[in-house]
Amino acid sequence: MAKLEISDLHVSVITEDTSKEILCGVNLTIDAGETHAIMGPNGSGKSTLAYSLAGHPKYRVTSGTVLLDGADVLSMTVDQRARAGLFLAMQYPVEIPGVTTSNFLRTAATAVRGQAPGVRQWLKEVKDEMESLQMDPDFAQRSVNEGFSGGEKKRHEILQMSLLKPKIAILDETDSGLDIDALRVVSEGVNRYKAESAAAGEAVGVLLITHYTRILRYIQPDFVHVFVAGQVAESGGSELAEELEADGYVRFTGQAVPA
Amino acid sequence: MTAAPELSEARLAQAETIDALSTYQFGWSDSDAAGTTAKRGLDEDVVRGISHLKNEPEWMLERRLKALKLFERQPLPTWGADLSEIDFDNIKYFVRSTEQKVTSWEDLPDDIKYTYDRIGIPEAEKQQMIAGVSAQYESEVVYNSIREDLAQQGVVFLDTDSGLKEYPDLFEEYFGSVIPAGDNKFSALNTAVWSGGSFVYVPKGVHVKIPLQAYFRINTENMGQFERTLIIVDEDAYVHYVEGCTAPVYRSDSLHSAVVEIIVKKGARCRYTTIQNWSTNVYNLVTKRTKAEEGATMEWVDGNIGAKVTMKYPSVWMMGEHAKGSVLSVAFAGKGQHQDTGSKMLHLAPHTSSEIISKSISREGGRSSYRGLVQVNPGAHHSRSTVKCDALLVDTKSRSDTYPYVDIREDDVTMGHEATVSKSSDDQLYYLMSGGLTEEEAMAMIVRGFIEPIAKELPMEYALELNRLIEMQMEGAVG
Ligand SMILES: Nc1ncnc2c1ncn2[C@@H]1O[C@H](COP(=O)(O)OP(=O)(O)OP(=O)(O)O)[C@@H](O)[C@H]1O
Ligand SMILES: [Mg+2]
Repeated sequence: MAKLEISDLHVSVITEDTSKEILCGVNLTIDAGETHAIMGPNGSGKSTLAYSLAGHPKYRVTSGTVLLDGADVLSMTVDQRARAGLFLAMQYPVEIPGVTTSNFLRTAATAVRGQAPGVRQWLKEVKDEMESLQMDPDFAQRSVNEGFSGGEKKRHEILQMSLLKPKIAILDETDSGLDIDALRVVSEGVNRYKAESAAAGEAVGVLLITHYTRILRYIQPDFVHVFVAGQVAESGGSELAEELEADGYVRFTGQAVPA
Repeated sequence: MTAAPELSEARLAQAETIDALSTYQFGWSDSDAAGTTAKRGLDEDVVRGISHLKNEPEWMLERRLKALKLFERQPLPTWGADLSEIDFDNIKYFVRSTEQKVTSWEDLPDDIKYTYDRIGIPEAEKQQMIAGVSAQYESEVVYNSIREDLAQQGVVFLDTDSGLKEYPDLFEEYFGSVIPAGDNKFSALNTAVWSGGSFVYVPKGVHVKIPLQAYFRINTENMGQFERTLIIVDEDAYVHYVEGCTAPVYRSDSLHSAVVEIIVKKGARCRYTTIQNWSTNVYNLVTKRTKAEEGATMEWVDGNIGAKVTMKYPSVWMMGEHAKGSVLSVAFAGKGQHQDTGSKMLHLAPHTSSEIISKSISREGGRSSYRGLVQVNPGAHHSRSTVKCDALLVDTKSRSDTYPYVDIREDDVTMGHEATVSKSSDDQLYYLMSGGLTEEEAMAMIVRGFIEPIAKELPMEYALELNRLIEMQMEGAVG
């Protein structure tokens, strides 16, 4: 069963000539089948955590460890992490002109699964998932993320998740920019994959980064973490999310929200 | 929502076929019996010798001699790529590899047959993917054939030497009419020593549905290949001509300096596709130009993957109203390569339109330049032109420049120009890699995506070929 262990993770962002510490000792363990929500003010380092776990070259890990089932994630390249079962749905998915979504998805599935899926079975798989996510079949022939609306990009990320079948899925603000119906469709997509992976005996662990409790009504978190200034400031159950919704982050940041 | 997503199997197959390929694949050299005896350097005797050997009419010899004078007088271009290292005295200007042109592969000398077998031409012909084939080895066309049904419709597809013999009137009228010898130093050189190339004539109203294909191969070290191509597409006719080029990798340089003249008559359309994959010690200095008459369309599709230096600017002179010209070009500049390519579009009549789409990829210190001229003459009102240049730099030590020139002497015109330089971004690489693709796969996918707008204009086999060549060039691009 999958387990992601993040211990005392320090990460700096590398710019032209400076490097600035963004994550200042993150500790978090995600077990198979668990859903962890992370909430926190803008700029507190949530995306940095997500990117660093997946291995973005702009972020340098200065100390700490990340283990996936005991294996050292930090020594793996980005693609090795993906093949090891780590998946990141990005807050800002990237456009790749001229590369069709279908080509990308199939190449990715081939890489992650270790062999090319049979054409017939693959077509059916993609068709079914796209239908469930209420995506127009035309998307398969469009360039990756190019000209996709914000919500369409997010659906595409979840489509990838359900096809790549990760052990640990990190969803960075997958709910942002979704309309009410889309939020439900996307949440159902996540829940479907949770159920399906659990039934297969490989229950996915989910790290869900969000600003809103609305998605948490669809996707029940087992734990909620408040993320402030590059650290987990407090952890609790879903009641913590309700409290944050009502009171904001004042208790953690010490700053009153300007009126 | 019941329709299956359109995942075309062809595309999947394409992604899968492109696999591990090593360096320059056409780099072998065959035994070189013909080349070793050929004379180096250029003078009047060489020119007379070529003309004599070919039994040419007097007027052609005179053209050649005049052109030789022009060549000697003209300086090397001071712009564009560095040509100072070309040693004109060391070049072999004419190499005869076989006494006889044949019409059956079986009749080719073994070494030449072997070469073309390796390039894969007989296969393509067998599978009827092409309407006719011409194969030039060194200075002369060694094999030439055209499908019988096309020949019956009056389509002519010959090597240029035979064309001159069989259609002297057409040659007197059109040879040098689009690109005069004195156009530039290299068109003068070509006119002086030209040999081989293709002559195509498509009669009125005839549509040649699948491409005519020409293959050019240089085998001799320090050889100069000077093929001369003349294409005449008569009124309302259509033809697609495709050329591919390879050469072995030698220690010292060879020169390829072709001239391609095309006349597209009223309402006709011509497409000319080049997949140039010379080895990286070939200077590739080519002049290509079309005169497009009223309502005619000329489309250049130009892929420059190989060569040490390329200077090539396919042009269209839009002579008649509503003529159209387009250039779609993709250049790849790897280590030690300079691709200086672009286009010239001359609007000489009202309601003419042109489009230039130029894409380049540079890596490992390679250099690519877009150089283009759009000229709209007085009276060419309601003309339109768009230029789009897009450069992809794969690393930080490579270079890309754009030199767009416009010369507009008419008020009522519409112009668009766009130039972008994309660095293959870390974000794109990261995005694809987090889907499990290795860095090399991800980079190749980005590059393929980048040239996709051009690849999709090519017939399937050529699109695959282009992708494959780019893939080969990208090998070892990372890591
Ligand atoms: N590439 C970068 N260059 C410079 N600063 C960066 C870079 N990436 C992140 N940062 C800085 O690091 C801090 C954390 O950014 P991060 O994107 O992780 O925040 P976040 O918690 O995800 O915020 P949000 O809720 O707005 O998405 C911010 O101050 C941000 O400006
Ligand atoms: Mg963020």
